[in-house]
Amino acid sequence: MPHITRSALLLVPLLGFMVLTYLLPFLGIMQWSVTLPEPGLGQYEAALTDPLVLSVFLRTLRICLVVTLIAVVAAYMVTLLWVRGSPAQRLVIELCILIPFWISVLTRAFGWLALLSTKGFLNTWMQSLGVLSEPLTMVRNEFGVVVGMVHFLIPFAAFSLASAMRTVDERVLLAARGMGASRTRVFAQVFVPMTLPGILGAGLVVFVFALGFFITPALLGGGRSVMVAELIYLRIFQSPNWGLAAAISMIMMVGVGGLLALLMRQARPSGPR
Amino acid sequence: MTTRPGFLATCIAALIAVFLLMPLVAVIPVSFTPNRYLSLPDGEWSLRHYRALVENPAWIKGFGLSVLIGLISSVLATGLALLFSLGIWILQPRHAGLWMSIALLPMVAPPVVSALTLYFFLITLSKFNDFIAFDTWAGVALAHTVMIAPYAVVLITVALAQVDRRIDLAARGMGAGLMRRIRSIILPNIRFGVISALLLTFVLSWEEIGVTLFITSVNAVTLPRLMWMGLRDNINPAIAAVSVILIAVVMLGILTKTVLQRFAKGLPR
Repeated sequence: MPHITRSALLLVPLLGFMVLTYLLPFLGIMQWSVTLPEPGLGQYEAALTDPLVLSVFLRTLRICLVVTLIAVVAAYMVTLLWVRGSPAQRLVIELCILIPFWISVLTRAFGWLALLSTKGFLNTWMQSLGVLSEPLTMVRNEFGVVVGMVHFLIPFAAFSLASAMRTVDERVLLAARGMGASRTRVFAQVFVPMTLPGILGAGLVVFVFALGFFITPALLGGGRSVMVAELIYLRIFQSPNWGLAAAISMIMMVGVGGLLALLMRQARPSGPR
Repeated sequence: MTTRPGFLATCIAALIAVFLLMPLVAVIPVSFTPNRYLSLPDGEWSLRHYRALVENPAWIKGFGLSVLIGLISSVLATGLALLFSLGIWILQPRHAGLWMSIALLPMVAPPVVSALTLYFFLITLSKFNDFIAFDTWAGVALAHTVMIAPYAVVLITVALAQVDRRIDLAARGMGAGLMRRIRSIILPNIRFGVISALLLTFVLSWEEIGVTLFITSVNAVTLPRLMWMGLRDNINPAIAAVSVILIAVVMLGILTKTVLQRFAKGLPR
């Protein structure tokens, strides 16, 4: 049928564009990973045995786990008010989530530098109040990275938690209260279990996001707590080893792909809504 | 009896809300410091960093470049995404999932992998021409188009999902051709989706730094790239001034949207 072929032409521009600009170059990266500097799987072996690269992998996993945990718990508490608070509370919380969400990662990192650096707000205040005698080091280390990443990721976690919380039937909560359960008990034994799939989904999204983080760790970690994404950048631009950078990218892609596949299975509806 | 969050939960949420706003508020006083380095204005407030923004040609050039790249890449990305999403909606092809995942790939892959991929793409192109190449504005615009097109696909696909297929079938039954159906039936129904795709993709390109860092060096210096350089080496308070302006624009946008939504809700139905 000529009709089918004509509308199929609509798909061609974007697919062609993506193949040309993304899929083919990606194959090129794959080729780098097995040919630079010499053919073989040497770079993969190096990536998985070199203590420096391994320590970066481990640090990335550790930071991402900590960040995911904190961000999801914080987002849960703030989303609780966003979804179930009074109309005024909802509005305020919505603004507090949306405004940082739309602001560039660079501005946010700058704000944290202004707050946390040795001559920043927090140190200045605490010293003038006499709480501290020596300034605390809060940036250019892992603490700064965790703070910056948690701040970046809370809105994302909040969006996915909000959709889970909105599906909770308020009558179930009322019934539990009516049968004499305390507020805390309703929260812990009814509300949290009902939103558990949402919590896991949000955790997975945040974790996948965190793995690829580059700007925040580079600025707030100050080169001292390098994560995988920054390592790739350094191996391309500072102490070049393109093959290694390509191999690390491939390993990352496989890891993230696996997690995304998990997420898809998680997202598939498993029961009646 | 109520199921509203209790006092303790409200307090915790308030603390987290403060945490979310803290770095944005902190930027404001820094932008008025009279010093050349990151510091708080100590009694004396100065506008020198705001003046630097309008007087220093580097900032003006970065601003102009970001606007140019943002406009070109958002229009290109939204155009490609519109055609693609229409094709998927009209045809409902058998391998829709596969086509969709190719279209969304740059959005789900880790940004640093996309950055490396586009770096490879542009340095390869550099061997053949010096217009769409590494460290040129056209190269950046093309790379941004790749990165932001998936978001436009998502927004337009969501808008299309809300269109009633029967009106399209009716138009088709009455003999409307493909172009006619798209122009007079489908497009008017998804125009808000298309406009929000344009807006979102512009903002995404405007803020893009992860990929830009890989594909530019000294010529195509966009505004975020300029901010990055000022943050990396020694912290330049002019970045605080840029940040304050950007924060003001974002807040204005969000508040306008919120007020408009409230106003629309208040109108009689």
